[in-house]
Amino acid sequence: MTDHKRFWRRERIVYRILIVICTVVLVVALIGGYILSECEPKEESAVPVEQQEYSMDGVENGIHQRTGLIAAEGLNETIVNCTSCHSADLIIQNRLNRDSWASTIRWMQETQNLWDLGENEEIIINYLVTNYPATEKGRRENLKNVDWYKLEE
Amino acid sequence: MKRRIFIERSALAALGTSMAEVVFAARIPEGYLPLFLQDQDPFKLFGKDKEMTVLNRRPWNIEAKAHLLDDAVTPSKFMFVRNNGLIPQELDADSWTLTIDGESAQQKKVYSLDDLKTKFKQYSYRLTLECGGNGRSEFNPPAKGNQWTVGAVSCAEWTGVRLRDVLEDCGIKTDAVYVAYYAADLHLSGDQNRDAISRGVPIAKAMQDETLLALKMNGNDIPKVHGYPLRMVAGGWPASASGKWVERISIRNKVHDGAKMTGSSYRVPCDPVAPGAKVKDEDMCIIESMPVKSLITYPRSGAILEDRKLGIRGHAWAGESEVAKVQYSIDFGSSWQSCKLEKPVNRLAWQQFSASINFPKKGYYEVWAKATDDKGVTQPMVLPGWNPKGYLNNACHRIAVKVT
Repeated sequence: MTDHKRFWRRERIVYRILIVICTVVLVVALIGGYILSECEPKEESAVPVEQQEYSMDGVENGIHQRTGLIAAEGLNETIVNCTSCHSADLIIQNRLNRDSWASTIRWMQETQNLWDLGENEEIIINYLVTNYPATEKGRRENLKNVDWYKLEE
Repeated sequence: MKRRIFIERSALAALGTSMAEVVFAARIPEGYLPLFLQDQDPFKLFGKDKEMTVLNRRPWNIEAKAHLLDDAVTPSKFMFVRNNGLIPQELDADSWTLTIDGESAQQKKVYSLDDLKTKFKQYSYRLTLECGGNGRSEFNPPAKGNQWTVGAVSCAEWTGVRLRDVLEDCGIKTDAVYVAYYAADLHLSGDQNRDAISRGVPIAKAMQDETLLALKMNGNDIPKVHGYPLRMVAGGWPASASGKWVERISIRNKVHDGAKMTGSSYRVPCDPVAPGAKVKDEDMCIIESMPVKSLITYPRSGAILEDRKLGIRGHAWAGESEVAKVQYSIDFGSSWQSCKLEKPVNRLAWQQFSASINFPKKGYYEVWAKATDDKGVTQPMVLPGWNPKGYLNNACHRIAVKVT
């Protein structure tokens, strides 16, 4: 056997060992990854994964159809950060001033695992207070939206 | 099972590329299907009447309208739904256990539902359950949360063992202060280390005859959405004291400090405040008995009459107290007439009232109802004392009527 051939044979063995090692590592990584994903602690602090463009997904008459939220500046940030635990219904039925929206966010951060909103906080509060502002109702309102019908007795 | 969940989660995450992204697919609790994969129709899902109003789809919060509450015993289809967290998906009565423990329990005990049924006598009571925030929508400045109007109240017949009998079976130390429940519902964020809600009642309320560990509602298994298979029921108090899906009861040697017991939850200012005032947590006091209140359940608001006579009816209740009288007014509170009032079928059950009205001439009227309890405390015509979370609105109920 020439030196040349011996060199290549040795080289092949090295390659084979490398391939086996790589395969083993890959299999272990796959199994390990699977097991880890199963055991993943659920109490980890929540962080928004990534932002997706929502604003153009089905807006009719100024209302974002999937959520029912008013389509306006800040809609994206609001959907991404505010509707993963509760539905948008909870936003839509409320009318609050800036302080109250802000304290609602604080309460959710303290008790409901809401993450730090960072620079989105300002955008979201602006969206909420612009589109869902507190209204003056007085001490007792007139009866509204009365559905009149003839009473047959 | 585990593998299936793994695949589902991957599939959920993958959905993100095709349609609306499930941002926290990995954080969805085991066994919980996201809403768009669940039956979306809450009326079918919970067997509710189509006229019920859905306030929130996650968590599910649904209220009745006044005219739907006409029955003396509220059927399940008209009963409001209040959830703080996610409804447990797997509820198995056969394997269900109730643990009694706590600093003031002489011993810890675990009971199966069969143990409860065989060891203790069962009782039935009609019990009024009203959400602490019923009527929140009227407060000014507005209060955050579900904007309940008038329909977050019910009076069903609950059957079960007395909480007192079970607590006494474990032994209650003399330093007992509070009795707290822990339940199987999930925190909205899916965090398994947090309770969605864990409230309770002072030991004296827990020891009342009518405070039950209920196994049945209106003679049937408790509907899933109302706490199957075991619910603590403390009538006359905010309904949040009546824990659904109860797994553990702790006899505490201090005021319970579970989820929604502290801060401003189910609390009002200890001393009255001006509307819109900021109130420190330490100046907020836990709501106990609900206030005196009434509801006109017939006719539905908006009735147009061709004749000047109208029979009205409804219910009145007063938390821990009994209602002593109910009156109505058709002239915006300038004068009041008496209604006929029934005695409660048992303590803490709502009472039925009725009256025959003769309208003096044609025109627009509002019929107002006002109940007074046995201590002389009555309902206000305008909003009662403002509080930051909008609880305890017992302003008189009004319906609109036109005589043509």
